[in-house]
Order: sequence, then C-alpha cells, then structure tokens
Amino acid sequence: MTGLGFVWKNLYRKKTRTFLTFFCLYIAFLLYVALGSIAVVFSVDTISGELGANRLQTSAKYSMIDDIPKRYVDEISQLDGVELVTHMSWFGGYYKEPNNMLVTFPVDPSTFFRVYPEYEISDEHLTAFLETRRGMVAPISLVERYEWKVGDIIPIGSQIYPQEDGNYIWEFELVGSYTPDQDGQTAVLLQYDYFEEATAFGKGAVGWLAIQISDPQLAPELSQQIDSMYINSSDPVRTATESESNRQFLAQYGNITLMMSGILLAVFFTILLVCANTMAQAFRERIAELGVLKTIGFNDYRLGLWMLSEAIWLSVIPAVFGVLIGMGVLFMLGSSGATAMFVPTPPMSVVLSTAASSLGLALALGVIVGAIPALTTTRMSIVDAMHA
Amino acid sequence: MAFIELINVVKNYTKGSEVVHVLQDLNLSLNAGDFLALMGPSGSGKSTLLNLIGGIDKPTAGRVVVGGAELGGMSSSQLAKWRSESIGFVFQFYNLLPFLTAQRNIELPLLLTNLRGAQRKENAMTALRTVSLDDRAKHKPGQLSGGQQQRVAIARAIVADPQILVCDEPTGDLDRQSAQEILELLEILNDRFKKTIIMVTHDPLAAEHAKKVLHLDKGVLVESTEEAVSA
Ligand SMILES: Nc1ncnc2c1ncn2[C@@H]1O[C@H](COP(=O)(O)OP(=O)(O)O)[C@@H](O)[C@H]1O
Ligand SMILES: [Mg+2]
Repeated sequence: MTGLGFVWKNLYRKKTRTFLTFFCLYIAFLLYVALGSIAVVFSVDTISGELGANRLQTSAKYSMIDDIPKRYVDEISQLDGVELVTHMSWFGGYYKEPNNMLVTFPVDPSTFFRVYPEYEISDEHLTAFLETRRGMVAPISLVERYEWKVGDIIPIGSQIYPQEDGNYIWEFELVGSYTPDQDGQTAVLLQYDYFEEATAFGKGAVGWLAIQISDPQLAPELSQQIDSMYINSSDPVRTATESESNRQFLAQYGNITLMMSGILLAVFFTILLVCANTMAQAFRERIAELGVLKTIGFNDYRLGLWMLSEAIWLSVIPAVFGVLIGMGVLFMLGSSGATAMFVPTPPMSVVLSTAASSLGLALALGVIVGAIPALTTTRMSIVDAMHA
Repeated sequence: MAFIELINVVKNYTKGSEVVHVLQDLNLSLNAGDFLALMGPSGSGKSTLLNLIGGIDKPTAGRVVVGGAELGGMSSSQLAKWRSESIGFVFQFYNLLPFLTAQRNIELPLLLTNLRGAQRKENAMTALRTVSLDDRAKHKPGQLSGGQQQRVAIARAIVADPQILVCDEPTGDLDRQSAQEILELLEILNDRFKKTIIMVTHDPLAAEHAKKVLHLDKGVLVESTEEAVSA
C-alpha cells in the first residue's frame, strides 16, 4: 500500500459522503462546460473578431426582421468611402423537418465573397454559383454532415417564403462549398436573383446590408450619413459597425454572458462550500489518527501532502466525469442540428478550452479546499492531536 | 552514559496565561533491557514523561538522550525518522486505523522503510505470529476484541524491530484475563527479544511484571517502596 492507496482508502471510508460530494461536483462541472462554452460563443468578441472593423451593417431601424428596399444597395454604393455593398435576407430555411433549422441567406454572389473575404471559396465553385440560377453553396462542414455532392438537388423548406405556386418547399442545386472562418458558421447561400424571381412576395426587398468601407475611421461618420439619408422615408435604417450590430442583436437576449457568469459563480461558490465542508469533516474525524501516524514516524509534510491530494482527488475525479459528459452533450447538440443560428453550437476549440479551464479550476478548487487541512496536519503537534 | 538518560528535565505547559508545571528537574537513567513500570496518580505527568522519552514532545529545559541520540537537538522530521527506527508505541486505546486490516495496520511502520510489498507482508505476518494472531490477519479492528486489538497494536510496535517499547497504560482498558496476556507478552518481548520497555500503569498487579518500578508524584520521581506498589 502506497500513499496513493492510503488516500483512496480514506476517500472510500465514508462512501455516502464521498459519493454525494462527487455527485454535486459532477453536476457543477457538467454545467460549467456546457454553459461556459455557450457563454463564450455569445460573447461579442468571439463572434466578430477583428475582421468586422471595416464593415458596416445596415438594417431596418425598428426591427431586425423588417425588410429594406433593395435599391438602397446602389444608393449607398455611391457614397464616398464606401467600397462595396452586399445584401442578405433571412430565408427561414429548414432541411427535411421544420425543426431542423438551416440558416439560409439569399445573397448576391458577385459581391458577397468580396465583402466577406474570410469565407473561402474556390474560383471554380464561385463561377458555378454565379452561373447557376438555382445554385446554392454551403459550408463544407454542412456538406460533409449531410453527405451532399456537387450536382445534388437539395430541397429546402422556407418558414416564410412560398414560391409563386404556393409551394413552401424549394429546390436548389448544390454547386459548391466554402470554408467559413469559424466552425460555428453554417449559412447556406442562394442566388438572390433567382429567389426574387420565384418568390410569391418580398420582391425588391432585402434583409440587411453589409458595407465594406475604405477606412474603419470613417465608420461613425458614414453610419450617420446613411441613417440620415433614409430618416424621413418609409423605410428608415440603422447602421453600425458589424461588432456593434452583433452587440445590439445579442442584447435582445439580455446579457447572456453576464447571466451565465452569474450562474456559474453561484454554482462554484456552492461547491466550494460543499467540498470544503467534506474536507473539514474528513479532517476533524481523523485528527487522532493523524497523530498516531505521526507517532509511528510519518513525516509532517508527507501527511500534509496526503491530505492535500485527497482534496484534489475529491474535486478532480468528478470534474473529469462532468467535463467529459458535458462535452458529449455539446457534441450531440451540435450534430443533431438542433441548434439554430441564434443559439450557436460552440466550436470545438471553445469546448476544448473550456474543458481545460474546468480541469484547471477543479485543481485549484482541490488546492484551496485542501490547503487548510493540509497545513494544519503539517503543523499539528502529536500531543495535541492525540488529545483531540 | 546510560541507554536512556533524562537530565534535569523540566516540562511546562502554557494554558492561556497560566503555566502548568508538569515535570520539575527530573532525572532518570535506564539501561538497555530494562523493564520499567511507571506509576503515579492521574495528572502526575506519566504520559508527559513517556512522550519525552518517545520523542513526540520536547522538554522545556534539560536533556533527553536515548540510545545516544540527543532528542532536544533534532528537527521534527529527524525525530519522525528516529521514532520510526527506534521506538514502538502502545496506547491505552490501541489506536489502530479502523479501515485497515490487522495485517495492514501492522505494515504501517514498514511503509517508512525500503522494504518491498511482499517483504512487508511477510514481516507483518511474523509480528502477528509473535502475538499469536496470525489467524486474524484479514480482520479489521472492529472485528477483534479489546485484548486482540491491543496485541495487534503490539505487533505494530515491534514490526520494525525498535529497541524500545513505550506503553501508556496498555492494560487500562482491558479485562483481567486479556490484561494478563498482554503483560505476559511484554515480558516475553523483554526477556527473549531484549526490548527495553517503559510502561505506565495504574495497576499494581501489572507493575509486578516489570523489573523496576518508579513512582511519579507532583513531577518528582521516587523509587517505589513495597507499600507504594501495593497501595
Ligand atoms: N498538551 C497539553 N497542554 C496543556 N496541559 C497538558 C497537556 N498535556 C498534559 N497537560 C497537563 O499536564 C499534566 C500531566 O498530564 P499527563 O502527563 O497526561 O498525566 P498522567 O499521564 O500522569 O495522567 C496534567 O495536569 C495535564 O492537564
Ligand atoms: Mg496519562
């Protein structure tokens, strides 16, 4: 039997208490990984990165789901400082099942990939997209997930737009794929011209504009200029930098990051208490035994280290289980396609870093909770311990 | 110098602002192979004296020299190592670890040696045979009687083959029959295995098993007279 064996035997002594502590910590870490990963995705910085700095986004002033006239594209293109304008619309797409939401945007293929250079597409696929009226391109991850092939006719339902014959199920030809800058991005792109021709309503309107500007410094000035151009029209707009728009969009959900941080903080404060209580009890019942071990000749530091490692195991074991199961849940959510654009699946890298930080947290928790019993063990005199 | 030598030892405890004078200018010398019974009223400092000899407490003043080692000058880590090699402890309430089998309890002191697992087990079994409990190796303390637990504790005290056994009221919690067995066992360890034994006891009959009896009263040691022993 080694020191490790000794620590294990001690954890095993009070099976119910150890199990309850494990269970409590397991749930906490599961929550931490799941919510923590989602919170990261919701934080604006992750979404917009640096690329959005020279892009403005223009949408209907009072509601993001209102349309704006398509002619705004040409009009705004004329402004000094504006390099290129492209537009997108919310198609309300789904694949096979209405609850299997597919983020789908009718776009202008000739400008979209120039305004979003971080979305990589081969010349061949781009040309095919430009030349095929019913063409669509999809992110490579989606193509792989559904095992689509170039040339396939893909039926995509719309929750919003019927075709002129009243049919809500549209058919598009997959002509290529593109690589988004983030794992989380899953938009299917369609030709706006075809959409406009075939749709029963919504002709001449687009969802929102993405405007590439020559200098990020011009953003405030241009935003104001654009907004004032339409302020007295029937379709006023609101323009902001892309990151600002994202921030406003996410603000609709309240401050999710803050809310989740609050929940997680409360959870961790609770498990800190649970864990500290377990260790304090474990220590108190064992003072006399520690005195015996010291009498026999076990070194003060060695016993302190045993106490510390017991606390670390107590928090790390359930953390490992919680983290693994939490990751499993996230991947299941991701691959079921249950998540929509608005509740993005955290990318692998985010999940992994959250997992790593939870294990670090578990280690820290063990050290914090074990520190006092360990130090007391080391310092306690044998005579005092034996009298306890 | 004698095998165990206490020179002008003073031991005080401070309880808050109050100082408790437990041992005052105490001198004691014992030879290797002695079997000393230490008697005296409760609170007279018997355990304190035993703790000083066993190196689990330090004197306020004076010197404690055991087997040539000057205990006052050793760090707590050095003392721990010294105890593991030189002293076996037996307590009134056995102080076995309840979640370990008899054999594992006895192996504990051997975890501090370089012995391999198989060798540790063999030595533990030898110690168990010495106390005639080899058939209880896999029993946990809760499954043993008081007398049996104390024999396991003695096996643990001797397994690393220390020269000195320090026993604090080893029969204080036992019935007459079990106490008798423990005392006979200690006699054998003293006679045949040449252990030097210092035993604290209240019981005059127990003291009769020792070769020498000392009486501690108000912090002062006196050679016991016949009356004192039978009192
Ligand atoms: N750790 C301690 N702190 C304070 N006082 C103590 C401590 N240990 C013993 N004492 C006091 O020292 C005296 C002697 O104690 P002890 O050696 O245990 O006596 P005995 O074993 O002879 O009954 C008692 O008055 C006791 O209260
Ligand atoms: Mg005592």
